[in-house]
Amino acid sequence: MTTTNTEKTWRTICDSSDLVKDSGICALLANEAGNEEQIAIFHLPNSEDKIYAVGNYDPIGKANVLYRGIVGCIADEPVVASPLYKQHFSLKTGRCLQEEQSISVYPIRIENEQVQVLY
Amino acid sequence: MKTDKQLLSKAKIVVVGNGMVGHHFVEEMAKNSDYQITVLSAESRLAYDRVYLSSYFAGKTADDLALTTPEHYDELGVTFKTNAKVTNIDKSAKVVTTESGDCFEYDKLILATGSYPFVPPIPGGDVEHSLVYRTIDDLEAIQASADVSKVGVVIGGGLLGLEAAKAVKELGLETHVVEFAPQLMGVQVDGGGGRLLKTKIEELGVQVHTSKATNEIVAGDKHRYKLCFSDGTELETDLILFSAGIRPYDNLAREFDLEIGQRGGIVIDNQCKTSDADIYAIGECALWNNFIYGLVAPGYSMAKVAVKDICGEEAEFTGADMSTKLKLMGVEVGSIGDAHAKTEGSLTYTYENQPEGVYKKIVVSSDKKALLGAVLIGDTSEYDTLLQYMLNAIELPESPEGLILPMAADKPTLGVDALPDTATICSCHNVTKGDIIAAIDCGAVDVGQVKSGTKAGSGCGGCAALVKSVADNEFEKRGVEVKKDICEHFAYSRKELFDIVSVEKIKTFDELLSSHGRGLGCEICKPVAGSVLASVWNDYILKKPHLSLQDTNDTYLGNMQKDGTYSVVPRIAGGEITPDKLIVLGQVAKKYNLYTKITGGARVDLFGARVEQLPPIWKELVDAGFETGHAYGKSLRTVKSCVGSTWCRYGVQDSMSMAIDLENRYKGLRAPHKIKFGVSGCTRECAEAQGKDIGIIATENGWNLFVGGNGGMKPRHGDLFATDLDDETLVKYVDRILMFYVQTGDRLQRTSVWMDNLEGGLTYLQDVIMKDSLGITDALEEQMAAIVGSYQCEWKTTLEDPEALKRFQPFVNSDKSDSNIQFVTEREQIRPARGEEKIAVTFIPSVENDATEKEAVAEEV
Repeated sequence: MTTTNTEKTWRTICDSSDLVKDSGICALLANEAGNEEQIAIFHLPNSEDKIYAVGNYDPIGKANVLYRGIVGCIADEPVVASPLYKQHFSLKTGRCLQEEQSISVYPIRIENEQVQVLY
Repeated sequence: MKTDKQLLSKAKIVVVGNGMVGHHFVEEMAKNSDYQITVLSAESRLAYDRVYLSSYFAGKTADDLALTTPEHYDELGVTFKTNAKVTNIDKSAKVVTTESGDCFEYDKLILATGSYPFVPPIPGGDVEHSLVYRTIDDLEAIQASADVSKVGVVIGGGLLGLEAAKAVKELGLETHVVEFAPQLMGVQVDGGGGRLLKTKIEELGVQVHTSKATNEIVAGDKHRYKLCFSDGTELETDLILFSAGIRPYDNLAREFDLEIGQRGGIVIDNQCKTSDADIYAIGECALWNNFIYGLVAPGYSMAKVAVKDICGEEAEFTGADMSTKLKLMGVEVGSIGDAHAKTEGSLTYTYENQPEGVYKKIVVSSDKKALLGAVLIGDTSEYDTLLQYMLNAIELPESPEGLILPMAADKPTLGVDALPDTATICSCHNVTKGDIIAAIDCGAVDVGQVKSGTKAGSGCGGCAALVKSVADNEFEKRGVEVKKDICEHFAYSRKELFDIVSVEKIKTFDELLSSHGRGLGCEICKPVAGSVLASVWNDYILKKPHLSLQDTNDTYLGNMQKDGTYSVVPRIAGGEITPDKLIVLGQVAKKYNLYTKITGGARVDLFGARVEQLPPIWKELVDAGFETGHAYGKSLRTVKSCVGSTWCRYGVQDSMSMAIDLENRYKGLRAPHKIKFGVSGCTRECAEAQGKDIGIIATENGWNLFVGGNGGMKPRHGDLFATDLDDETLVKYVDRILMFYVQTGDRLQRTSVWMDNLEGGLTYLQDVIMKDSLGITDALEEQMAAIVGSYQCEWKTTLEDPEALKRFQPFVNSDKSDSNIQFVTEREQIRPARGEEKIAVTFIPSVENDATEKEAVAEEV
């Protein structure tokens, strides 16, 4: 029943009905060191992967706000724009399109109407 | 010291006179730091705008008319003395002396003494209420006299006389114009045009008496004075205003032996030098080629020539075009070149439409190839084109009459491409097409920047439309193009999207994207669409389909701060608040430990609310009777006001009630950008209304309305839009203006920039709003009425909707708060902790989280 620190598992976050179309929600998880980690989960039904999970921490604005950004695409790359200073982060790679920064990305899936993150 | 020596060795320039031309000289001369400039002005004020003098009576102050300030001259390193009339010039010692005995040495002396109004020597004319129209002091005297007068007569029906008549009319007097010649504006306009002009001016309630020579002025029976004309008729009046031409102020030159023309004026050569090589004369005191130019543009040209000559550059003044376009009491008048067809062999084409009050004439050369002159009354829309034909000697089309005939099927239009680079676009500041291109070369990216960079369009403003088309044409040629696409997802401007949404009755972003856009949208087009949908349909902005369109500020109905918390700003209409409500604000701030600050918009901001605290905070505020202040929205923010006539000794209208009514009327309106109002109860302007998008200033008779003011990054005084409006008309105009802005403004374009970019500027906006030139005012009012009628407090609606409240829970899987939000105390209040002040937080799983974790693991197995 227990997992080791290095082994990642699919963890259920919420029901798929908790997702908000074309917008983000946030989940609170613990990382390996036992510190809090926030994950922003976006639901873009019209995009290729439909659901994305990235770190919620904006490394430029230095605040946990990314799930409150507007999502969309820049040259077909699905992105979230930071609500603080509007830089774009790719939802696929976590790369910032304007500056040398990036955020974590997490595998995410919907299983039996449950949203699950590999963490 | 070295620097002192440099100072001492600077050549000294003394400028006598600080009118518009003298000031222009100073600005141009100061660009060269090798000279020490001293300005001596006999007036008590530094230079001000005489072209717009009559706007003084329409609410502009002396400060508004000022062209410079002592601080500005200090910055330029210019020494200046006001009330310093020069009484002596010692040409051999090169020293001028003022009335008070101060002496100033010069290397070069500039006489820019201007002119004074000519008052014909009429017996009995030298009486108390006989005045002239030239300086701000004159205006003050006219105003004082008007207060105790009922009837005013302007003697002189020229350009300035009609300006003066406008001023008398605006002061509420029964107004007459008396002209010696058989027609008005005889210099600029021919007989046919003069007749029509007279009719139009009379329709406006000014009585015009032509072919009248005043023999004497005696005491009146019903009014103060009686004018006795040579034909035996009489006219009674209380106030007499002389505007019978100008005379050069050349007495200094006369007294100290500079060459003077037979009928006055300081004789100058092509370098603007007088008969003494170290003395220049420029502007209306100067006589060039036996001619005195009474317009500002030629004076500016002389100033530039003098500067260049002093700096050793080659330059020549070779005369100036006297063409002019203006609006006299709402009547458009244009005069170009040889308006009277005096050129040998010239031919004329005339078009007159009496029912509509339009008269147009062009004068062409005998071979019909060159335009020599034109007169336009009632409609000057062809002025720019005609002027360019003449100035640049562009060959006329085969049937030149097509240039002025309405609805000519193939009306020849002169594209701006046809203009040579030397074509003058703005004659007030002598800006050529080449100058505009150079400004774009130097990085100007829109018309606004072209205007501020070249000063084009900032004089009389008559060239604004032409400046825009030249600039736009240039942008397009460079492929910088006037790109109006808001982003990569929509090839439309905000205005075009607005039209699409209204016409096609589109209700959601998805509909709009699939029918007119591409991709998924972005943080640019989504809020624009959200704002447009809100403006057109005034739906609750957090309705499901609109939710994802809003910026975080709109989504959470608060302004996000740097640490991810929000500010709470309830509406305090007009800044008026009861003690009880103020106490509630204090109690809420205390309970939730919010940083509290009074804002510049006369309300209270509460900072540091976590996203999950917003609903309970707002619940308490809404229960106490507060509403959202829309501080987060591109919408009406505040209506700043003074207490007005209710409390203030000086107030003339109830500005407080007006401010509250306006704030309540327009709250919630979604616009291209935020909107601020100001309402002042008197001309002291304590509410700083002229710095607001919509500024309202009380007058004795109602309200003056200003539009397009701005503080912030790029301060701009609002343009005086209309005067002495009653409450109802005021609201009607504001309804129309705001709705027109909401429909046509670009994304994030404040009203100030919107005004600057409106083709046709203020006049155009006045025509649209007050004369309904586009036939849309009814629709604008209806749309505004619908928006006003469907207002809802977004916080109240949100609090009643459990689904909407879910968004304010920070984590979907936990009840905890964001541990990265931390505060420290400063000056007895909280502020966000800086990085080094923060404490790392270790994760302690909550019960709920524990459960999901177990579930997940179980599934995995």
